[in-house]
Amino acid sequence: MFGKKRVAIVGAGLTLFRRNLKETGKELCYEATKMALDSAGLTLKDIDSVAFGSAPDAFDGIHMKGENMIDSAGGWRKPFSRVFVGGGTGVFTANAGWWHVASGLFDTCLVVAEEKMSSCYPHPAHAFTTIFDPIMSRPLGTTLIWIFALEMHRYMHRHGIKKEQIALVSVKNKKNALDHPCAQLGANITVEDVLNSEIMCWPVQRLDISPTSDGAAALVLASEDVAKKITDNPVWIDGVGWCIDSTYWTNRDLYYPDYVEYAARMAYRMAGIKNPPKEIDVAEPYDPFDYKELHHMEGLLLCKKGEAPKLTEEGVTQRDGDLPINPSGGLLGVGNPIAAAGLMKVCEIFWQLRGEAGKRQVPGDPRTGVAQAWGDLMQYGSVIVLRR
Amino acid sequence: MSAKIKKYAGHPLKSAEIREGKVPTARWRPKAKYMWSAGVAMSRFLNELKNGRIIATRCNKCGRIMVPPRVFCEQCFKPTDNWTYVKDTGTINTYSASFIAGDASRIKEPIIVAIIDLDGASPGMGIQHKIGEINWKEVKFDMKVKAVWKPPEERKGAITDIKYFKPV
Amino acid sequence: MSIEKISDPRQVRHWPGHMEADYIYTHGIAGERFFKEIKENGRITGTRCKHCNLVYVPPRIYCERCFEKLEEWIDVGTKGTIQTFTVAYVDIDGSKLKQPTTYAMIKINGTNGGLLHKIGEANLKDVKIGMQVEAVFKPKEEREGSVNDIKHFKPVK
Repeated sequence: MFGKKRVAIVGAGLTLFRRNLKETGKELCYEATKMALDSAGLTLKDIDSVAFGSAPDAFDGIHMKGENMIDSAGGWRKPFSRVFVGGGTGVFTANAGWWHVASGLFDTCLVVAEEKMSSCYPHPAHAFTTIFDPIMSRPLGTTLIWIFALEMHRYMHRHGIKKEQIALVSVKNKKNALDHPCAQLGANITVEDVLNSEIMCWPVQRLDISPTSDGAAALVLASEDVAKKITDNPVWIDGVGWCIDSTYWTNRDLYYPDYVEYAARMAYRMAGIKNPPKEIDVAEPYDPFDYKELHHMEGLLLCKKGEAPKLTEEGVTQRDGDLPINPSGGLLGVGNPIAAAGLMKVCEIFWQLRGEAGKRQVPGDPRTGVAQAWGDLMQYGSVIVLRR
Repeated sequence: MSAKIKKYAGHPLKSAEIREGKVPTARWRPKAKYMWSAGVAMSRFLNELKNGRIIATRCNKCGRIMVPPRVFCEQCFKPTDNWTYVKDTGTINTYSASFIAGDASRIKEPIIVAIIDLDGASPGMGIQHKIGEINWKEVKFDMKVKAVWKPPEERKGAITDIKYFKPV
Repeated sequence: MSIEKISDPRQVRHWPGHMEADYIYTHGIAGERFFKEIKENGRITGTRCKHCNLVYVPPRIYCERCFEKLEEWIDVGTKGTIQTFTVAYVDIDGSKLKQPTTYAMIKINGTNGGLLHKIGEANLKDVKIGMQVEAVFKPKEEREGSVNDIKHFKPVK
């Protein structure tokens, strides 16, 4: 066992994910946190610490967002910290919660993630442009979708992957999201719909991309002794991993996310997983774009490089397939309030392993699941392995 | 969401309700202006662009010739050792054709963007730039391209001193 | 050995730019009701937590201490006490203001919360910590549902 104490997830909460929600970011945080506490049968008095995660302040338009959210995340007069690793923040916040408890420093920790992207007007894409190097990239007018289009195209080129194969991910995830009560974009669409949607930055088309969203998610973590007192079915965090690659993204081969592989290897080593495709029953890789699900399946070592499109075509990644991928509906279907979307994936694995996922439940009594997020300049991976 | 939970928080709004002022809101536009210093390595790089040349730095330990140039090698974690010129030709590593602008609005003629691995730099050392003088549908992976420079009197010491790269 | 450093500052290059950001913030569930009361009724409201016996101004939908949902809204009146204040002589860019402005933290009487606002209709030298002040609202037709619907707080005569 890594760390001084084994750590369990004992509760989870989520708000609706929508393009615009009336609630302030703080109010969303509160709703998710309160739901997580209630589901664990705990009150704020039982909480020793808080790990909070949120993506760039430029989305909410509130500088020092962590400080702004503190009371709504249950942080009043408690050890509170905000962690930030771009799009990888959601899963990394759960990792941060893990070390709060695993270290022996705290018995309980609230893990809260929030994003309110609708504040940024007329579109959060504008705020995204400020992440680029001001000397090399911004003078060219670089946008976020450019860089992902470059990565997607490189991935397709190296393995000879067709758009039709990638579109299947969008079709699957939007369909899965129909069964998710918080989902923003659940839909029955076809491969043709994706291929006929407007071109954004070739090869990226409208239906290849997740939406921008408002929303919040939360977890309650507890040490083994505390968890066993409050629940009969804790879900254990048995592995965490994170890794970042060079910021010189034009000096890397974008066809493969090495950093995700390193993060996965760290988490698998901790969890004693030697053969990921055999030992992992359900996975929630980060899917802000459809190709990213495939890219990340490969980085998570769930299949060989370039093999993920084939598994998708064969139906292996469907909810009732041998290796269900994104049974929640993912970011493509449920929505993408950045940090909250990453944490939503951890919530989904928690519910799947507890057998509480309702219509989304994957068959076969899953025991081990993995969630992963990705961020910064296509360079960061965070991974968490959960077990029942 | 857990099957045990029946109600989920959140009051969805339509974008139009916000735009048309049907929901009370507060508006704010930050006045955030910046002057970004290019620093030691990139200032030299930009000054060289003004001369119509592309310069890189070399690390004598790992032997990499790096562009964009940097004062330290991030892999060996030591200062870089020499300046060295690389060519203004290269190959297309990956590319895209963008039909949208920074604010997500649509543009008619797509901008072709690419990562170009420069000749004379270590393999895989690319820079980001645009591709011109070709229809986007004709662009290919591994295509040889060459920088098209602005006339010397129009160069400012910026990455845009190269207008774009065109097929050789 | 390492590459030579720049010794002539004129050789350092810059790229100017700005963050093109524009924001629209929803008032949220609590904020919407709070500002509606100010705009339509010239009333300051708060929410009460009966467990902790606290009244939040500005109101929130939750108690930060016990985390219960707050549903009890109360009219807290318009009077408060100056907790602390400052007099601003320069604006945000550091330019001198024509007229110094007094900003105070005003605890609304009978509550555990307060508002940051301007003090008006008072001589600068008369403003004191502990002073009783009351909200002066703009005329109803000028109010737009913002904190500026309160013009300022003035000393209670």
